[in-house]
Amino acid sequence: MHQDSILTVRGLTKTFSGVKALDGVQLDLRKGEVHALMGENGAGKSTFMKILVGLHQPDAGEIFFEGQALKSQAVSEVLKKGISMIHQELLVVPELTVAQNIFLGRESRGGLFGWIDEKKLNQEAGALLTQMGVTISPTTKMKYLSVAEMQMVEIAKAISNNAKVIIMDEPTSALSDREVATLFGIIRDLKTKGVAIVYISHKMDEIFTISDTITVLRDGKYIATQPASELDNTALIRMMVGRELDSLFPESVAQKGAEILSVRNLRRNGNFADINFEVHAGEVLGLAGLMGAGRTEIARAIFGLDPLDEGEIYLKGQPVRIKSPQDAIQHGIGYVSEDRKGLGFIPGMSVKHNITLGSLSNHARGPFIQDQSEAATAARMITDLRIKTAGPDQKVQFLSGGNQQKVVIGKVLLSSPELVILDEPTRGIDIGAKSEIYKLIKQLVADGIAVIMISSELPEILGLSDRILVLSQGRQTALLSKEEATQETIMHYAVHH
Amino acid sequence: MKTLFKPDLTTADKPSRTRLRGLGQYGLLIAFIVVCVVLSLITPRFLTVSNLMIIVTQVSINALLAFGVTFVIITGGIDLSIGSTVAVTGVVAAMFAHPDTYPVIVPVLVGLAAGLLLGAFNGLVITKSKVPPFIVTLGTMTIGRGLALILSKGRPVSNLSDSFNFIGGGQVLGIPTPIIILIVFFIICSVLLRKTVLGRYMYAVGGNEQAAKASGIQLNKVKMVVYTLCGGLAALAGILLTSRITTGQPNAGVGFELDAIAAAIIGGTSTSGGTGTMTGTLIGALLIGVISNGLDLMNVTSYYQQVVMGIIIIGAVVLDSLNQHKNG
Repeated sequence: MHQDSILTVRGLTKTFSGVKALDGVQLDLRKGEVHALMGENGAGKSTFMKILVGLHQPDAGEIFFEGQALKSQAVSEVLKKGISMIHQELLVVPELTVAQNIFLGRESRGGLFGWIDEKKLNQEAGALLTQMGVTISPTTKMKYLSVAEMQMVEIAKAISNNAKVIIMDEPTSALSDREVATLFGIIRDLKTKGVAIVYISHKMDEIFTISDTITVLRDGKYIATQPASELDNTALIRMMVGRELDSLFPESVAQKGAEILSVRNLRRNGNFADINFEVHAGEVLGLAGLMGAGRTEIARAIFGLDPLDEGEIYLKGQPVRIKSPQDAIQHGIGYVSEDRKGLGFIPGMSVKHNITLGSLSNHARGPFIQDQSEAATAARMITDLRIKTAGPDQKVQFLSGGNQQKVVIGKVLLSSPELVILDEPTRGIDIGAKSEIYKLIKQLVADGIAVIMISSELPEILGLSDRILVLSQGRQTALLSKEEATQETIMHYAVHH
Repeated sequence: MKTLFKPDLTTADKPSRTRLRGLGQYGLLIAFIVVCVVLSLITPRFLTVSNLMIIVTQVSINALLAFGVTFVIITGGIDLSIGSTVAVTGVVAAMFAHPDTYPVIVPVLVGLAAGLLLGAFNGLVITKSKVPPFIVTLGTMTIGRGLALILSKGRPVSNLSDSFNFIGGGQVLGIPTPIIILIVFFIICSVLLRKTVLGRYMYAVGGNEQAAKASGIQLNKVKMVVYTLCGGLAALAGILLTSRITTGQPNAGVGFELDAIAAAIIGGTSTSGGTGTMTGTLIGALLIGVISNGLDLMNVTSYYQQVVMGIIIIGAVVLDSLNQHKNG
């Protein structure tokens, strides 16, 4: 055990209904380091972290925190000891203020009846946030904050808890590049104060920017721990997947065809205005921009989820009115939402039923579903998209993120779209599944489908798009060809006002 | 009470994920059989053809209501107005069922129409106003009760034709008509839920409303149909009850909605929507009927019966949530 060690884990094992989720995992976390925990989805990272914060109890293994053995602890006990976790899906109370959220469960009390001292709460929260260098009012209700701001509040909460170890699970999955920079600033500041960070992310460039040490898990087993400086992309991916991946972005073989979609002067008050572009068959149009640039809002409006205030939409030259997703689907538009859990699938429904949900009328005679036709189609999709599932009757909620995404894509494809809008199609998906989704996108355009892809990951935008529309604060600032586009030019236009 | 849900507990302990719902229902069936066996050992009168006929006849009204409310709960809603719908439709049907006035089909159709209208009213307000179903149907519950009292001037509507009274009190080939009606509508509702596009959409709407919408499903249409259907089934229950007691009672059906919801929940329908089966609901209704019949035979007063029933409902929901927790 190193003398700077704050948290040491040995031989951690956890079994869920006969399946080993963790098998003898170890970790040596030192004060003031950022320790990246890497691995594909299903490698056991989440289970590992849930054990650390007391959400699961291990079957075997030891955890030492500051030299003391941690025995099966309640979540509140672990928190008191100084281990905090910032979950990927932020756990905030929307109707309470920033200060109330930060001190939830630990409110300072004063006065005769032990009432909550709101004034003191707000002062302390304000001081904390200022110290972090963020400008969020402690009296704002949580629901009015952006995801990035909520994350800052969660970090403030961890700091106020005197956290010595902060676990961050995919902290940047919903952040723009500028917000990521702010977050990294805060992380570096925490490091100098001796706080150890366990950092989980699928974004390679981030891992190499921020982390000092990298531990890799694969299939629930410990693979290796190495200093980040001794690793590169290829080496890390090889450790994670146990093999070399082919080039991440497949070559394009698609031919640009006829115009499928054209939009003129789209405006939705408060979201975007003056949006003009067209997409052709066999082409990927990338939509790039920072968070809040209006990309998702444009996609939602085209798909009929939100009404437009102005503008025309033409499909293959014909003006169309789209008032609901049903209209959009009938006009041949498919939408794979960034909000996979919220808009993508029905968690309690089977893989089969989710896949056919958007095209059920194709498998019905009158009001009755034709079971065989439905099952055959679902089975074909499961094979074609290589969806890893125990079977067609497996509930989608039990699949990994990448496979859930494939189910959603399968559903959209079955409604025979001519235009597919993919909104952050690889968010929170491991590298192996990402590469498969990239291949799938290329396959779609090769089949003559028009694709609009929204992504916050610039390498993804650059690697897949034929043309790139850059948005900034609801306006389009550039339409770049593949040749013109670089990370720098896109960023230049993305921050353009 | 402990033995009652034991089979369910074992399934909750082993999340063999894909088949879980099937096993849960299997557990419910075992619970039902265990209760029947225990009762027949305690009181010999329980396991007689005539007693079993009485049970199913009594269960039929609650089961019809429970079928309707199962549709609603699967879509993530609730309908508290069905008890009042029983009263309104019963009174309305009775008004057209006096001897030597109209043929028997008229009161049936008028009663059904009244139920469908009340259900459609629920659906319309819920889809147009976005007010939670709990509140809308709570309002309709009171409106319906008022309408029943207005239409009947607060008095029971009696003197009904023999052909009308046959609906709930007659026999075909020795089988009481309520049992036949129950079986027919159980089959119709099961097929609707399991085999049709509409049924699938109900699960989708209750499982994740926004994802259902993004899949091109018309939420409002599904909800309209579901509440209208629920009203229609409540009307059927109202007509059946009126015919059986040979009177249109404006005060009938008070609290029926709670028994129906209880049957659905005991049968495995999750109040958070997206899950549930007609078979489960039917067994739930039968279980309630069998237990109250058994307690009757054992001379347990109705006061204690209510306590027992409450414990069963809570037990079923606790098990349901444990199950969800294990899998979620």
